[in-house]
Amino acid sequence: MTRGEIPMGSAGGVTDNVPSIGAGFMATLRRDLLIAVRHRGELANPLMFFLMVITMVPLGISPEAAVLSALAPGMIWVVALLATLLSLDSLFRSDFEDGALEQLLMSPQPLYFQVLAKVFVHWLITGVPLTLMAPVLGVMLSLPSAGYWPLILSLLIGTATLSLIGAIGAALTVALRKGGLLLSLIIMPLYVPVLIFGASGVRSAIEGFPYLGTMAVLGAFLALAIVLAPLAAAGALRISING
Amino acid sequence: MTQPLIKLTDLSCERDERVLFEALNLSIDAGDLVQIEGPNGCGKTTLLRLLTTTSTDYSGNILWQGEPIDRVRLDYLNQLLYVGHLPGVKKALTPRENLGWFCGMFQGHQRCSVEEALEQVGLFGFEDVPCYHLSAGQLRRVALARLFLTPARVWVLDEPFTAIDKQGVANLERLMAEHASGGGCVILTTHQDMMSEGVRRINLRDFAPINTGAAVQYHMEGS
Repeated sequence: MTRGEIPMGSAGGVTDNVPSIGAGFMATLRRDLLIAVRHRGELANPLMFFLMVITMVPLGISPEAAVLSALAPGMIWVVALLATLLSLDSLFRSDFEDGALEQLLMSPQPLYFQVLAKVFVHWLITGVPLTLMAPVLGVMLSLPSAGYWPLILSLLIGTATLSLIGAIGAALTVALRKGGLLLSLIIMPLYVPVLIFGASGVRSAIEGFPYLGTMAVLGAFLALAIVLAPLAAAGALRISING
Repeated sequence: MTQPLIKLTDLSCERDERVLFEALNLSIDAGDLVQIEGPNGCGKTTLLRLLTTTSTDYSGNILWQGEPIDRVRLDYLNQLLYVGHLPGVKKALTPRENLGWFCGMFQGHQRCSVEEALEQVGLFGFEDVPCYHLSAGQLRRVALARLFLTPARVWVLDEPFTAIDKQGVANLERLMAEHASGGGCVILTTHQDMMSEGVRRINLRDFAPINTGAAVQYHMEGS
Protein backbone atom coordinates (compact mmCIF):
# COMPACT_ATOMS: atom_id res chain seq x y z
CA MET A 1 0.00 0.00 0.00
CA THR A 2 1.33 3.36 -0.94
CA ARG A 3 -0.98 5.75 0.80
CA GLY A 4 1.78 7.92 2.19
CA GLU A 5 3.14 9.03 -1.18
CA ILE A 6 0.18 11.14 -2.17
CA PRO A 7 -0.32 14.22 -0.02
CA MET A 8 -3.46 14.45 2.06
CA GLY A 9 -5.89 17.21 1.15
CA SER A 10 -4.35 20.49 2.22
CA ALA A 11 -5.34 21.75 5.65
CA GLY A 12 -7.19 24.74 4.26
CA GLY A 13 -8.56 22.48 1.56
CA VAL A 14 -9.61 25.32 -0.72
CA THR A 15 -8.94 25.33 -4.42
CA ASP A 16 -7.01 22.17 -5.30
CA ASN A 17 -9.67 19.78 -4.15
CA VAL A 18 -12.94 21.41 -5.11
CA PRO A 19 -15.11 18.77 -6.79
CA SER A 20 -16.34 19.43 -10.28
CA ILE A 21 -20.09 19.88 -10.56
CA GLY A 22 -20.10 18.57 -14.11
CA ALA A 23 -18.27 15.38 -13.13
CA GLY A 24 -20.70 14.77 -10.26
CA PHE A 25 -23.70 15.41 -12.51
CA MET A 26 -22.40 13.05 -15.17
CA ALA A 27 -21.50 10.38 -12.60
CA THR A 28 -25.04 10.29 -11.22
CA LEU A 29 -26.55 10.49 -14.70
CA ARG A 30 -24.46 7.57 -15.92
CA ARG A 31 -25.12 5.52 -12.80
CA ASP A 32 -28.89 5.98 -12.90
CA LEU A 33 -29.08 5.22 -16.61
CA LEU A 34 -27.06 2.05 -16.08
CA ILE A 35 -29.39 0.98 -13.26
CA ALA A 36 -32.40 1.70 -15.46
CA VAL A 37 -30.93 -0.43 -18.26
CA ARG A 38 -30.26 -3.29 -15.82
CA HIS A 39 -33.86 -3.12 -14.57
CA ARG A 40 -35.42 -3.14 -18.02
CA GLY A 41 -38.56 -4.86 -16.77
CA GLU A 42 -39.53 -1.91 -14.59
CA LEU A 43 -39.11 0.48 -17.50
CA ALA A 44 -42.05 -1.14 -19.25
CA ASN A 45 -44.49 -0.66 -16.33
CA PRO A 46 -45.70 2.90 -17.07
CA LEU A 47 -45.79 2.11 -20.78
CA MET A 48 -47.90 -0.97 -20.23
CA PHE A 49 -50.27 1.04 -18.03
CA PHE A 50 -50.52 3.71 -20.73
CA LEU A 51 -51.20 1.14 -23.42
CA MET A 52 -53.74 -0.85 -21.43
CA VAL A 53 -55.87 2.06 -20.27
CA ILE A 54 -56.01 3.62 -23.74
CA THR A 55 -56.91 0.23 -25.24
CA MET A 56 -59.83 -0.03 -22.81
CA VAL A 57 -61.31 3.33 -23.80
CA PRO A 58 -62.87 2.29 -27.16
CA LEU A 59 -64.08 -0.93 -25.53
CA GLY A 60 -65.60 0.79 -22.53
CA ILE A 61 -67.00 3.98 -24.00
CA SER A 62 -67.69 3.73 -27.70
CA PRO A 63 -65.78 2.62 -30.76
CA GLU A 64 -67.25 5.46 -32.81
CA ALA A 65 -64.55 7.69 -34.29
CA ALA A 66 -66.52 10.89 -33.63
CA VAL A 67 -66.79 10.19 -29.90
CA LEU A 68 -63.20 8.97 -29.57
CA SER A 69 -61.61 11.84 -31.43
CA ALA A 70 -63.31 14.30 -29.08
CA LEU A 71 -61.95 12.37 -26.08
CA ALA A 72 -58.50 11.63 -27.47
CA PRO A 73 -56.38 14.65 -26.41
CA GLY A 74 -57.69 14.75 -22.84
CA MET A 75 -57.64 10.97 -22.45
CA ILE A 76 -54.06 10.56 -23.65
CA TRP A 77 -52.92 13.42 -21.42
CA VAL A 78 -54.68 12.13 -18.30
CA VAL A 79 -53.30 8.62 -18.70
CA ALA A 80 -49.77 9.86 -19.44
CA LEU A 81 -49.98 11.95 -16.26
CA LEU A 82 -51.13 8.98 -14.18
CA ALA A 83 -48.42 6.76 -15.67
CA THR A 84 -45.80 9.33 -14.63
CA LEU A 85 -47.33 9.53 -11.16
CA LEU A 86 -47.15 5.75 -10.76
CA SER A 87 -43.46 5.66 -11.58
CA LEU A 88 -42.50 8.48 -9.20
CA ASP A 89 -42.48 6.52 -5.96
CA SER A 90 -39.30 4.71 -6.97
CA LEU A 91 -37.38 7.88 -7.85
CA PHE A 92 -35.46 8.12 -4.55
CA ARG A 93 -36.75 4.97 -2.84
CA SER A 94 -33.99 2.51 -3.75
CA ASP A 95 -31.27 5.07 -3.01
CA PHE A 96 -32.84 5.65 0.39
CA GLU A 97 -33.01 1.95 1.16
CA ASP A 98 -29.44 1.04 0.27
CA GLY A 99 -27.73 4.10 1.77
CA ALA A 100 -26.77 5.73 -1.53
CA LEU A 101 -28.97 8.73 -0.69
CA GLU A 102 -26.96 9.35 2.50
CA GLN A 103 -23.79 9.28 0.44
CA LEU A 104 -25.36 11.70 -2.05
CA LEU A 105 -26.26 14.13 0.75
CA MET A 106 -22.80 14.06 2.28
CA SER A 107 -20.93 14.35 -0.98
CA PRO A 108 -19.32 17.72 -1.59
CA GLN A 109 -21.68 18.25 -4.53
CA PRO A 110 -24.51 20.76 -4.77
CA LEU A 111 -27.65 18.72 -4.22
CA TYR A 112 -29.52 20.80 -6.81
CA PHE A 113 -27.54 19.32 -9.71
CA GLN A 114 -27.68 15.83 -8.27
CA VAL A 115 -31.48 15.97 -8.05
CA LEU A 116 -31.58 17.44 -11.55
CA ALA A 117 -29.54 14.51 -12.86
CA LYS A 118 -31.84 11.98 -11.22
CA VAL A 119 -34.98 13.71 -12.52
CA PHE A 120 -33.49 13.96 -16.00
CA VAL A 121 -32.95 10.21 -16.03
CA HIS A 122 -36.50 9.68 -14.77
CA TRP A 123 -37.80 11.78 -17.65
CA LEU A 124 -35.63 9.91 -20.17
CA ILE A 125 -37.00 6.55 -19.03
CA THR A 126 -40.67 7.49 -18.54
CA GLY A 127 -41.57 10.82 -20.18
CA VAL A 128 -39.76 10.27 -23.46
CA PRO A 129 -41.08 6.72 -24.07
CA LEU A 130 -44.60 7.87 -23.16
CA THR A 131 -44.30 10.73 -25.65
CA LEU A 132 -43.05 8.42 -28.37
CA MET A 133 -45.87 5.99 -27.75
CA ALA A 134 -48.60 8.65 -27.70
CA PRO A 135 -49.03 8.99 -31.52
CA VAL A 136 -49.63 5.24 -31.83
CA LEU A 137 -52.32 5.45 -29.19
CA GLY A 138 -53.62 8.54 -30.96
CA VAL A 139 -54.35 6.34 -33.98
CA MET A 140 -56.21 3.96 -31.70
CA LEU A 141 -58.39 6.83 -30.48
CA SER A 142 -58.72 8.25 -34.04
CA LEU A 143 -57.02 11.53 -33.13
CA PRO A 144 -57.46 14.03 -36.01
CA SER A 145 -54.27 14.46 -37.98
CA ALA A 146 -53.83 18.10 -36.96
CA GLY A 147 -53.35 16.95 -33.36
CA TYR A 148 -50.27 14.73 -33.68
CA TRP A 149 -47.44 17.26 -33.60
CA PRO A 150 -49.06 19.37 -30.87
CA LEU A 151 -49.61 16.18 -28.85
CA ILE A 152 -45.97 15.14 -29.14
CA LEU A 153 -44.68 18.62 -28.40
CA SER A 154 -46.97 19.18 -25.42
CA LEU A 155 -46.19 15.77 -23.92
CA LEU A 156 -42.45 16.23 -24.40
CA ILE A 157 -42.49 19.53 -22.49
CA GLY A 158 -45.24 18.47 -20.13
CA THR A 159 -43.78 15.15 -18.94
CA ALA A 160 -40.50 16.87 -18.11
CA THR A 161 -42.44 19.32 -15.92
CA LEU A 162 -44.35 16.41 -14.36
CA SER A 163 -41.10 14.59 -13.50
CA LEU A 164 -39.64 17.72 -11.92
CA ILE A 165 -42.72 18.52 -9.83
CA GLY A 166 -43.09 14.87 -8.90
CA ALA A 167 -39.54 14.83 -7.52
CA ILE A 168 -40.65 17.18 -4.74
CA GLY A 169 -43.35 14.76 -3.63
CA ALA A 170 -41.06 11.76 -3.98
CA ALA A 171 -38.42 13.48 -1.85
CA LEU A 172 -40.94 14.42 0.83
CA THR A 173 -42.33 10.91 1.14
CA VAL A 174 -39.16 8.86 0.64
CA ALA A 175 -38.70 8.12 4.34
CA LEU A 176 -42.29 6.98 4.82
CA ARG A 177 -43.07 3.29 4.64
CA LYS A 178 -46.24 3.78 2.62
CA GLY A 179 -45.88 7.12 0.94
CA GLY A 180 -47.67 6.26 -2.28
CA LEU A 181 -51.06 7.77 -1.48
CA LEU A 182 -49.60 10.79 0.25
CA LEU A 183 -47.34 11.37 -2.74
CA SER A 184 -50.36 11.45 -5.06
CA LEU A 185 -52.22 13.85 -2.77
CA ILE A 186 -49.27 16.25 -2.59
CA ILE A 187 -48.55 16.17 -6.29
CA MET A 188 -52.01 16.09 -7.88
CA PRO A 189 -52.92 19.77 -7.34
CA LEU A 190 -49.58 20.82 -8.82
CA TYR A 191 -50.20 18.64 -11.87
CA VAL A 192 -53.57 20.21 -12.70
CA PRO A 193 -52.27 23.34 -14.53
CA VAL A 194 -49.92 21.23 -16.66
CA LEU A 195 -52.78 18.94 -17.61
CA ILE A 196 -55.14 21.82 -18.44
CA PHE A 197 -52.66 23.58 -20.71
CA GLY A 198 -51.33 20.38 -22.27
CA ALA A 199 -54.72 18.94 -23.23
CA SER A 200 -56.25 22.25 -24.25
CA GLY A 201 -53.28 23.01 -26.51
CA VAL A 202 -53.86 19.80 -28.43
CA ARG A 203 -57.60 20.44 -28.61
CA SER A 204 -57.23 23.95 -29.96
CA ALA A 205 -54.82 22.65 -32.62
CA ILE A 206 -57.43 20.09 -33.69
CA GLU A 207 -60.08 22.77 -33.86
CA GLY A 208 -57.84 24.87 -36.06
CA PHE A 209 -56.90 27.56 -33.56
CA PRO A 210 -53.30 28.63 -32.89
CA TYR A 211 -51.78 26.43 -30.20
CA LEU A 212 -48.27 27.84 -29.84
CA GLY A 213 -49.45 30.16 -27.06
CA THR A 214 -50.41 27.26 -24.80
CA MET A 215 -47.16 25.51 -25.69
CA ALA A 216 -45.33 28.66 -24.60
CA VAL A 217 -47.15 28.54 -21.27
CA LEU A 218 -46.13 24.89 -20.89
CA GLY A 219 -42.57 25.93 -21.67
CA ALA A 220 -42.79 28.60 -18.98
CA PHE A 221 -43.98 25.96 -16.49
CA LEU A 222 -40.98 23.84 -17.44
CA ALA A 223 -38.53 26.72 -17.01
CA LEU A 224 -40.00 27.52 -13.61
CA ALA A 225 -39.91 23.86 -12.59
CA ILE A 226 -36.27 23.45 -13.65
CA VAL A 227 -35.28 26.36 -11.45
CA LEU A 228 -37.44 25.69 -8.41
CA ALA A 229 -38.32 21.98 -8.22
CA PRO A 230 -34.79 20.59 -7.67
CA LEU A 231 -34.26 23.17 -4.92
CA ALA A 232 -37.46 22.13 -3.18
CA ALA A 233 -36.69 18.44 -3.66
CA ALA A 234 -33.17 18.91 -2.28
CA GLY A 235 -34.56 20.58 0.83
CA ALA A 236 -37.16 17.83 1.19
CA LEU A 237 -34.48 15.16 0.91
CA ARG A 238 -32.49 16.76 3.74
CA ILE A 239 -35.60 16.77 5.91
CA SER A 240 -36.42 13.17 5.04
CA ILE A 241 -32.95 11.89 5.82
CA ASN A 242 -32.72 13.96 9.01
CA GLY A 243 -35.75 12.27 10.56
CA MET B 1 -0.64 25.01 19.39
CA THR B 2 -2.20 23.27 16.43
CA GLN B 3 -5.93 23.33 15.93
CA PRO B 4 -7.72 20.01 16.53
CA LEU B 5 -9.32 18.64 13.35
CA ILE B 6 -12.73 18.18 14.91
CA LYS B 7 -13.84 19.67 18.18
CA LEU B 8 -17.15 18.93 19.87
CA THR B 9 -18.10 21.36 22.58
CA ASP B 10 -20.99 20.87 24.95
CA LEU B 11 -22.75 18.68 22.41
CA SER B 12 -26.08 17.23 23.37
CA CYS B 13 -28.63 15.39 21.33
CA GLU B 14 -32.23 14.56 21.96
CA ARG B 15 -34.23 12.03 20.01
CA ASP B 16 -37.90 11.22 20.46
CA GLU B 17 -37.97 13.30 23.65
CA ARG B 18 -35.15 11.27 25.15
CA VAL B 19 -31.76 12.82 25.76
CA LEU B 20 -29.17 10.49 24.25
CA PHE B 21 -26.07 12.29 25.45
CA GLU B 22 -25.29 15.70 26.81
CA ALA B 23 -22.29 17.88 27.62
CA LEU B 24 -20.11 15.87 25.26
CA ASN B 25 -16.72 17.55 24.85
CA LEU B 26 -14.22 15.93 22.61
CA SER B 27 -11.36 17.04 20.45
CA ILE B 28 -10.06 14.86 17.73
CA ASP B 29 -6.58 15.62 16.42
CA ALA B 30 -4.77 14.42 13.37
CA GLY B 31 -3.51 10.94 14.15
CA ASP B 32 -6.39 10.00 16.42
CA LEU B 33 -8.24 6.73 16.22
CA VAL B 34 -11.42 7.15 18.20
CA GLN B 35 -13.70 4.27 19.03
CA ILE B 36 -17.19 5.24 20.16
CA GLU B 37 -18.55 2.64 22.55
CA GLY B 38 -21.77 2.11 24.40
CA PRO B 39 -24.75 -0.21 24.62
CA ASN B 40 -27.27 -0.48 21.78
CA GLY B 41 -29.49 2.53 21.46
CA CYS B 42 -27.18 4.89 23.32
CA GLY B 43 -26.72 7.15 20.31
CA LYS B 44 -23.54 5.99 18.62
CA THR B 45 -24.97 6.10 15.12
CA THR B 46 -26.75 9.36 15.93
CA LEU B 47 -23.45 10.92 16.94
CA LEU B 48 -21.87 9.78 13.69
CA ARG B 49 -24.79 11.20 11.75
CA LEU B 50 -24.21 14.55 13.43
CA LEU B 51 -20.58 14.33 12.36
CA THR B 52 -21.59 13.65 8.76
CA THR B 53 -24.00 16.64 8.71
CA THR B 54 -26.95 14.44 7.67
CA SER B 55 -28.60 15.21 10.98
CA THR B 56 -28.66 18.66 12.51
CA ASP B 57 -30.75 18.00 15.61
CA TYR B 58 -28.19 18.96 18.22
CA SER B 59 -27.26 21.73 20.54
CA GLY B 60 -23.67 22.68 21.15
CA ASN B 61 -20.95 23.07 18.57
CA ILE B 62 -19.19 20.86 16.10
CA LEU B 63 -16.09 22.63 14.85
CA TRP B 64 -14.00 21.64 11.85
CA GLN B 65 -10.56 23.19 12.24
CA GLY B 66 -12.07 25.83 14.48
CA GLU B 67 -15.05 26.72 12.29
CA PRO B 68 -18.64 25.51 12.80
CA ILE B 69 -19.30 22.76 10.28
CA ASP B 70 -22.46 24.29 8.87
CA ARG B 71 -20.37 27.29 7.81
CA VAL B 72 -17.59 25.31 6.13
CA ARG B 73 -19.83 22.48 5.04
CA LEU B 74 -18.55 21.75 1.52
CA ASP B 75 -14.96 22.13 2.62
CA TYR B 76 -15.58 19.72 5.47
CA LEU B 77 -17.52 17.21 3.37
CA ASN B 78 -14.66 17.21 0.90
CA GLN B 79 -12.44 15.89 3.69
CA LEU B 80 -14.95 13.38 4.99
CA LEU B 81 -15.54 9.77 4.15
CA TYR B 82 -18.45 7.94 5.73
CA VAL B 83 -19.24 4.27 5.50
CA GLY B 84 -22.47 3.53 7.30
CA HIS B 85 -24.68 0.63 8.29
CA LEU B 86 -26.03 0.64 4.76
CA PRO B 87 -23.15 0.23 2.34
CA GLY B 88 -24.59 2.60 -0.29
CA VAL B 89 -23.68 0.11 -2.99
CA LYS B 90 -26.13 -0.34 -5.86
CA LYS B 91 -26.83 -4.02 -6.32
CA ALA B 92 -27.68 -3.71 -10.00
CA LEU B 93 -24.20 -2.39 -10.76
CA THR B 94 -20.82 -4.06 -10.65
CA PRO B 95 -18.21 -3.10 -8.02
CA ARG B 96 -16.27 -1.23 -10.69
CA GLU B 97 -19.32 0.85 -11.66
CA ASN B 98 -20.19 1.52 -8.04
CA LEU B 99 -16.73 2.83 -7.27
CA GLY B 100 -16.77 4.77 -10.51
CA TRP B 101 -19.74 6.72 -9.19
CA PHE B 102 -17.92 7.60 -5.98
CA CYS B 103 -14.90 8.71 -8.01
CA GLY B 104 -17.09 11.12 -9.95
CA MET B 105 -18.84 12.46 -6.87
CA PHE B 106 -15.79 13.04 -4.71
CA GLN B 107 -12.95 14.88 -6.31
CA GLY B 108 -9.52 13.30 -6.09
CA HIS B 109 -11.05 9.94 -5.26
CA GLN B 110 -8.28 8.27 -7.22
CA ARG B 111 -5.35 7.62 -4.96
CA CYS B 112 -5.05 4.33 -6.80
CA SER B 113 -7.02 2.72 -9.58
CA VAL B 114 -10.41 1.18 -8.86
CA GLU B 115 -9.00 -2.23 -9.77
CA GLU B 116 -6.20 -1.89 -7.23
CA ALA B 117 -8.64 -0.83 -4.52
CA LEU B 118 -10.84 -3.85 -5.22
CA GLU B 119 -7.81 -6.09 -5.16
CA GLN B 120 -6.82 -4.65 -1.78
CA VAL B 121 -10.16 -5.62 -0.28
CA GLY B 122 -9.96 -9.11 -1.75
CA LEU B 123 -12.40 -8.69 -4.60
CA PHE B 124 -9.94 -9.44 -7.38
CA GLY B 125 -11.88 -11.15 -10.13
CA PHE B 126 -15.22 -9.73 -8.95
CA GLU B 127 -14.82 -6.33 -10.64
CA ASP B 128 -17.50 -6.99 -13.22
CA VAL B 129 -19.84 -9.26 -11.29
CA PRO B 130 -23.17 -7.55 -10.53
CA CYS B 131 -23.34 -6.79 -6.81
CA TYR B 132 -26.49 -8.83 -6.22
CA HIS B 133 -24.35 -11.92 -6.75
CA LEU B 134 -22.04 -10.87 -3.91
CA SER B 135 -22.36 -11.89 -0.26
CA ALA B 136 -23.06 -9.40 2.54
CA GLY B 137 -19.39 -9.32 3.49
CA GLN B 138 -18.34 -8.74 -0.10
CA LEU B 139 -20.85 -5.90 -0.47
CA ARG B 140 -19.36 -4.26 2.59
CA ARG B 141 -15.90 -4.76 1.11
CA VAL B 142 -17.00 -2.88 -1.99
CA ALA B 143 -17.99 0.05 0.23
CA LEU B 144 -14.76 -0.24 2.20
CA ALA B 145 -12.68 -0.22 -0.99
CA ARG B 146 -13.32 3.53 -0.95
CA LEU B 147 -10.91 3.79 1.98
CA PHE B 148 -8.11 3.03 -0.48
CA LEU B 149 -9.36 5.55 -3.01
CA THR B 150 -10.22 8.55 -0.89
CA PRO B 151 -7.92 11.43 -0.04
CA ALA B 152 -10.28 12.43 2.83
CA ARG B 153 -8.67 13.08 6.18
CA VAL B 154 -11.65 12.23 8.34
CA TRP B 155 -13.00 8.71 8.22
CA VAL B 156 -16.30 8.10 9.95
CA LEU B 157 -17.09 4.41 9.99
CA ASP B 158 -20.24 2.92 11.47
CA GLU B 159 -19.70 -0.74 12.38
CA PRO B 160 -17.15 -1.27 9.60
CA PHE B 161 -16.33 -4.81 10.73
CA THR B 162 -19.84 -6.20 10.33
CA ALA B 163 -19.79 -9.32 8.13
CA ILE B 164 -16.03 -9.02 7.55
CA ASP B 165 -13.85 -12.07 8.26
CA LYS B 166 -10.96 -12.10 10.75
CA GLN B 167 -8.23 -11.52 8.19
CA GLY B 168 -10.23 -8.65 6.71
CA VAL B 169 -10.67 -7.04 10.12
CA ALA B 170 -6.92 -7.22 10.76
CA ASN B 171 -6.23 -5.61 7.38
CA LEU B 172 -8.76 -2.87 8.06
CA GLU B 173 -7.27 -2.11 11.45
CA ARG B 174 -3.83 -1.84 9.90
CA LEU B 175 -5.19 0.48 7.23
CA MET B 176 -6.82 2.70 9.85
CA ALA B 177 -3.63 2.87 11.89
CA GLU B 178 -1.71 3.83 8.76
CA HIS B 179 -4.26 6.50 7.89
CA ALA B 180 -4.05 7.95 11.38
CA SER B 181 -0.26 8.02 11.38
CA GLY B 182 -0.40 9.73 7.97
CA GLY B 183 -2.16 12.74 9.47
CA GLY B 184 -5.80 11.71 9.23
CA CYS B 185 -8.25 10.66 11.88
CA VAL B 186 -10.69 7.79 12.19
CA ILE B 187 -13.90 7.81 14.18
CA LEU B 188 -15.64 4.47 14.35
CA THR B 189 -18.18 2.49 16.27
CA THR B 190 -17.71 -1.19 16.82
CA HIS B 191 -18.48 -3.76 19.47
CA GLN B 192 -15.32 -5.67 18.73
CA ASP B 193 -12.11 -5.15 20.64
CA MET B 194 -9.65 -3.31 18.47
CA MET B 195 -6.17 -4.75 18.31
CA SER B 196 -4.37 -1.56 17.37
CA GLU B 197 -2.65 0.36 20.09
CA GLY B 198 -3.46 3.96 20.78
CA VAL B 199 -7.19 3.66 20.22
CA ARG B 200 -9.07 6.28 22.19
CA ARG B 201 -12.23 4.82 23.62
CA ILE B 202 -15.16 7.09 24.26
CA ASN B 203 -18.03 5.50 26.09
CA LEU B 204 -21.22 7.38 25.29
CA ARG B 205 -22.85 6.09 28.46
CA ASP B 206 -20.57 8.41 30.42
CA PHE B 207 -22.40 11.29 28.76
CA ALA B 208 -25.91 9.95 29.15
CA PRO B 209 -28.07 11.96 31.52
CA ILE B 210 -28.18 10.50 35.03
CA ASN B 211 -31.88 9.68 35.14
CA THR B 212 -31.96 7.47 32.04
CA GLY B 213 -28.81 5.73 33.25
CA ALA B 214 -30.61 4.99 36.51
CA ALA B 215 -33.67 3.81 34.63
CA VAL B 216 -31.60 1.35 32.64
CA GLN B 217 -29.96 0.15 35.86
CA TYR B 218 -33.33 -0.32 37.51
CA HIS B 219 -34.70 -2.13 34.52
CA MET B 220 -31.76 -4.51 34.46
CA GLU B 221 -32.11 -5.31 38.15
CA GLY B 222 -35.85 -5.72 37.89
CA SER B 223 -35.72 -8.22 35.06
